[in-house]
Amino acid sequence: MISQIFSLAFLAQTIRITVPYSLASLGGVYSERGGVVNIALEGIILNGAFCATVGTYYTGSPLFGVVCGIAGGLLTALIHAVVTIHVKADQIISGIAINLFAVGITKFVLEILFHSSSNSDRIPGLPHIHLGFIENQPDVARLLGNPLVLATILIVVASQFIIFKTRFGLRLRAVGENPEAADTVGISVVLYRYLGVLISGALAGLAGAWLAFDQHSFTDGMSAGRGYIALAAMIVGKWNPMGAAAACLLFGFAESLQIQLQGAGMPTQFIQMIPYVATIIVLAGFIGKAVAPGADGVPYEKEK
Amino acid sequence: MPYAIELLNITKRFARTVANDNVTLKVSAGTIHALVGENGAGKTTLMETLYGLYQPDGGEIRIHEKKVSIRSPHDSISLGIGMVHQHFMLVPPLTAIENIVLGAEETKNALLDLKRATAELSELSSRFALTVPLDEKVENLGVGIQQRVEILKAIYRKADILVLDEPTAVLTPQESVQLFRILSELKAEGKTIVLITHKLNEVMSISDHVSVMRRGKIVGEVETASTSPQDLAQMMVGRPVLLRVEKETRQPGNPVLVVNGLSHVDRRGITVLKNVSLEVSSGEILGIAGVEGNGQSQLVECIAGLIKPSSGSITIDGIQIVGLNAREVFARGLAHVPEDRLKRGLVVDMDIKENLILGMHTQARFSSRLALRRKAIKENAELLITKYDVRPMNSEALTRGLSGGNQQKVIIARELSRAAQLIVASQPTRGVDIGGIEFIHRTLVQARDSGKAILLVSADLNEILSLSDRIAVMYNGEIVRIFPDNRIEESELGMYMTGSKQSEEKGASNG
Ligand SMILES: Nc1ncnc2c1ncn2[C@@H]1O[C@H](COP(=O)(O)OP(=O)(O)OP(=O)(O)O)[C@@H](O)[C@H]1O
Ligand SMILES: [Mg+2]
Repeated sequence: MISQIFSLAFLAQTIRITVPYSLASLGGVYSERGGVVNIALEGIILNGAFCATVGTYYTGSPLFGVVCGIAGGLLTALIHAVVTIHVKADQIISGIAINLFAVGITKFVLEILFHSSSNSDRIPGLPHIHLGFIENQPDVARLLGNPLVLATILIVVASQFIIFKTRFGLRLRAVGENPEAADTVGISVVLYRYLGVLISGALAGLAGAWLAFDQHSFTDGMSAGRGYIALAAMIVGKWNPMGAAAACLLFGFAESLQIQLQGAGMPTQFIQMIPYVATIIVLAGFIGKAVAPGADGVPYEKEK
Repeated sequence: MPYAIELLNITKRFARTVANDNVTLKVSAGTIHALVGENGAGKTTLMETLYGLYQPDGGEIRIHEKKVSIRSPHDSISLGIGMVHQHFMLVPPLTAIENIVLGAEETKNALLDLKRATAELSELSSRFALTVPLDEKVENLGVGIQQRVEILKAIYRKADILVLDEPTAVLTPQESVQLFRILSELKAEGKTIVLITHKLNEVMSISDHVSVMRRGKIVGEVETASTSPQDLAQMMVGRPVLLRVEKETRQPGNPVLVVNGLSHVDRRGITVLKNVSLEVSSGEILGIAGVEGNGQSQLVECIAGLIKPSSGSITIDGIQIVGLNAREVFARGLAHVPEDRLKRGLVVDMDIKENLILGMHTQARFSSRLALRRKAIKENAELLITKYDVRPMNSEALTRGLSGGNQQKVIIARELSRAAQLIVASQPTRGVDIGGIEFIHRTLVQARDSGKAILLVSADLNEILSLSDRIAVMYNGEIVRIFPDNRIEESELGMYMTGSKQSEEKGASNG
């Protein structure tokens, strides 16, 4: 049974779940490192998925769909940025409002474009790269050859460098830890916070696009709490790109284990708890104290 | 000599206050210019306007005799202005070097090039005797080192005008001496320095010129060589000020506070208090001298019921207080002026009258069963505000907007209005102007004369020497020596404070 569970298909399943978590979680890292809490990830994923679907449906080009997904994420994040950075509204409330708004707007437009309140028409998937091995398992080969999987790995590694080794990362962290100090050395707090939130939007939008292509359609409410799980992973990963991605991998593993075990005839109620129990155990037992950026969630007032 | 800085007719208003009222200040290049004045006089505001953090409502700024427009720190930095703020502007989880280069980073192949910065900085460090562990996180550095990081930050940006806002308020005497050596070096290199301070001896020893501010205006400008601390004090406050504490010797009464064999191990497992024993009697002031971080804070926190000591006993009027919480200790007759007034002394988003009853808010005179007695609270505030000369004289002003000196007066007023036998005062005059210091010192001596027992903890040796009846020196969590009077040289005290005297004796007994 064990070998059955931990098969190549299982690996593929884990990756399939981990990719959107990781992208959104990295988004959370960029936003919060700059000092803006981004609960809106959930709504951004949903809007990203919707835009990717619509873009692909009308052009027939999945690549264009990806661009639309990112753009949808960016636009949604822009709302969050304006509301929290310029208007200095409460970041949590703005996030919740955006999430509710995303559910409503996608449903509304879905109805108009596809005359359905639950799902869109079918869209093609992303073209995949031929890997030349495991061709006997076409599903797995298609997944591992998916350019977004590769892109996600690259983005994770690059982000680790961007946050900790580049000028942009240093400034972003400074703005999130002590915006006043950043201001006194001539760094524009507003600019860097915008960049953090917008990058976050692009990544979460991409996560949404993944969901749409994975399912070959948009379904109502398809983000299904992934934005919140991504935030949890970000915290477990201590606001580090690699850490967040590792936490996402753990969640992805727990979730696909859950799916496998359901097939194996274990009591479902029990099995459905696995990912959450895993989260609690990891949070409480192994990670230790996670310290958020000093000014995370605090609007910056210039002349107090 | 040409002027490096000319601030001409600068006016800056905040909602109701005019912080700078048509201020003109000119600083010659290559000099050290001291800026002194009471709390709230507008010194910080003026310099932050120069630095671009505030936009003036009127006036003109000239740098090196050229009119400039400074819209943000970005502009002032490119004009060669650096500022070390009253509250440090550092990012604690970043390393010293990251803090220094922040905003002026060099890059190589898209990555930060800290190697080049390290090379440049080590050259600067040795030139100005400004050593800093560059790869250590700032949150792990002491305040003295953090300040050097701030200075390096300015010099690294090629600042040739350096503004320091009360740089010695948080430094030990030794660190201050080092800072002044650094400033002399900088001046020798031709840099222009503006120094804001409340300590007139610093003004006298290092500056070339002094400007005095009062209530938003410049009220005097003199050459340091032609003035005296007395004259400066009078200009600052507008009346003659006693720079020495007047106090007669008193016969102390019965012991009020008795600390016996107190030890404490903190959460990191470090022994911060080692077998501390002391007594403070009614009618005496026991001063605790010591470099900060040698256990004084923990001693005070044990007495105030804020931390529970690992072993030992503390009694107030014979009653054991170890294990009691802060409120219960207050009920046994403690008044506490905490060292960190923003963290522990005030609720800054509440107004003056509310802050004046904190900890007494459950007493019948301020509170009925159901609600606070607003009238009594207001009367109490008005009485104390008048008595302690708190400004503004408005019991409904938020304490957040008060200047540091006036915040401290609110705390002193509240604590001395408790019917307490024992007063524990930590750093009671830190950041307070000379008028305020005179007042707080006089108040403490009066309290002593009325029979209270006072434990005074201060990093300011002058304060310890002039107020205390007896002096205990703390080093490394231990009381290394208790002097029966205050007739002792500052330098000798300094040797005990740094541990050099104690080790001499130990060395002698060993050998
Ligand atoms: N951001 C602000 N908003 C409103 N009022 C302010 C602000 N900053 C300063 N003030 C007020 O302006 C006046 C001048 O304050 P400032 O901090 O310049 O005084 P200071 O001379 O530096 O005093 P201190 O010696 O206590 O540091 C004070 O009355 C203060 O309450
Ligand atoms: Mg000031």
